[in-house]
Amino acid sequence: MPKKDRMSGNEAVAYAIRQVNPDVMPAFPITPSTEIPQMVSTYIANGQMDTEFIPVESEHSSMSATIGAEAAGARSLTATSSAGLALMWEELLLAASNRMPCALALVNRTLSGPININCDHSDSMGARDTGWIQIYAETNQEAYDNFIQAYPIAENKKVHLPIMICQDGFITSHAVQNIELLDDDTVKDFVGTYEPEEYLLNPGKPVSVGPYSISNYAMEAKKNQEIAMENSKEVILEVARKFEHISGRKYGLFEEYKTEDADYIMLIMGSAAGTAKQACDDLREKGMKVGILKLRVFRPFPAKEIADTLRNCKCVAIMDRCESYNGNGGPLSMEVCSALFKYKVSIEAVSYMYGLAGRDFTVDHVYDIFEETDAAIKGGTEPEQYKYIGLRE
Amino acid sequence: MGQGLEIRWHGRGGQGAKTAALLLADVAFKTGAYVQGFPEYGPERMGAPITAYNRISRDEIRVHSNIYTPDLVVVVDETLLHSVDVTAGLKDDGAIIINTPKTREEITGLLRGYKGRVYTVDARAISVETLGKNFPNSPMLAAAVAVSRVMDKESFIREMRTSYEHKFAKKPEVIEGNMRALTMTFEALAGDLK
Repeated sequence: MPKKDRMSGNEAVAYAIRQVNPDVMPAFPITPSTEIPQMVSTYIANGQMDTEFIPVESEHSSMSATIGAEAAGARSLTATSSAGLALMWEELLLAASNRMPCALALVNRTLSGPININCDHSDSMGARDTGWIQIYAETNQEAYDNFIQAYPIAENKKVHLPIMICQDGFITSHAVQNIELLDDDTVKDFVGTYEPEEYLLNPGKPVSVGPYSISNYAMEAKKNQEIAMENSKEVILEVARKFEHISGRKYGLFEEYKTEDADYIMLIMGSAAGTAKQACDDLREKGMKVGILKLRVFRPFPAKEIADTLRNCKCVAIMDRCESYNGNGGPLSMEVCSALFKYKVSIEAVSYMYGLAGRDFTVDHVYDIFEETDAAIKGGTEPEQYKYIGLRE
Repeated sequence: MGQGLEIRWHGRGGQGAKTAALLLADVAFKTGAYVQGFPEYGPERMGAPITAYNRISRDEIRVHSNIYTPDLVVVVDETLLHSVDVTAGLKDDGAIIINTPKTREEITGLLRGYKGRVYTVDARAISVETLGKNFPNSPMLAAAVAVSRVMDKESFIREMRTSYEHKFAKKPEVIEGNMRALTMTFEALAGDLK
């Protein structure tokens, strides 16, 4: 029986980790994800799970040890934020290219500087081209649900890629909110036992992991990695369908909230999507046809699916919580615009920057964005292409 | 937010304003409500001003921003009245509760002309009497429940006993003192809440 409870996003992910009970968790603390390894080690100390917890001396080591354990044949994970993810940079690429289906519970926090502990997506966006699957959560519930789906996606034979389960630092990680928890047996059955085909601790079938590859073969390895990422899209949807059977909660590559007849759509990720949905309902009551496209899966990037959903609207506001310093907008905006061009969708697209380093994002900001979009479209003027929201005057 | 209740807590690092907000979310959850309890994090240190928030609603809560037009403000440390605009955005038909030995008449002058209801609670005196130390958050939590009427007194007292038994499993000697702090606060406010 599912249980109604209340907990923070960090508690929810730690609870999911206890239920999944992976084999190995190396970790190094960093705000705001510290509570996850802290709670997991408490569960272990209390005998509620038997994961091997390895306290390491840095995030470079935590990801290295995660890869080592996974290569040995153990289901492995770590957790981190911000500079911790940056310090893992080299290993992130190794995890993906060596096709290690390990997991990372990421609690999004900005990167320096100025030094700041609050949320934006610059840590995970910096790792967007490392070959990891990336799934984002609006709520503590979604962070929990996404983590339970992580290994069935990553370990699928057509995928075999590492997976990053992201949630917004403090905004969901430290906010207590209602949640519905699955029971332990349901989660264990859903995730199943890890049976790696090839692993280092298998004397019957020796393999080498991470060897040098000459140019004659290396490019094929990279192409195979790309194929695996393409395959993961269908696997993510298949796992979501199975997850709906056990939870009643429906997930896709993204959520379409009142987009079907919308003139204006806001495309957004993470906790801010909830705020946007509330504002969307308020504006609908006033007769404005607006909708929200909440992106859940950023890697693989559902370019065609997004383009098809946006095809019939007049303007999309693309919301980035990470600067790219390229003069045109953030990474999400660049990828959406390229999808629109590639699939021949000719609509107005405006790049917005919001919520950097924890700057608050409110329903009023959403009203302002839709109202200025409406004014520009109705007035027949070209909307300004790249704007910051919530800057101090 | 619809019919929801929005609360903003002002305190100083170490006084337990964040804990009080999380405890309020906890007890309100037990009445079947949708709840949110969260702190606003900055460069936290003992004594620095901190803010925490609660949303409590019959409907699902989707907004994840801070609260700018609260129904209730709880000030855990009256010295903040000189440095923080605690009534900013507070609704005129809302209320503010201040931890102070002063009377309502004495404190109103510091509230920048706030027109709504003002309550004072001497949380320090209550805490010193019941716990022997100044832990103002239990009395202020009781005051927030009494003024907001988010739940009735009996279920609040019952749920708080369960919470304290869990929270203080390793130091059960403080449970009774905290329980007395809660009931004393209800009694202290009874006259003003008629």
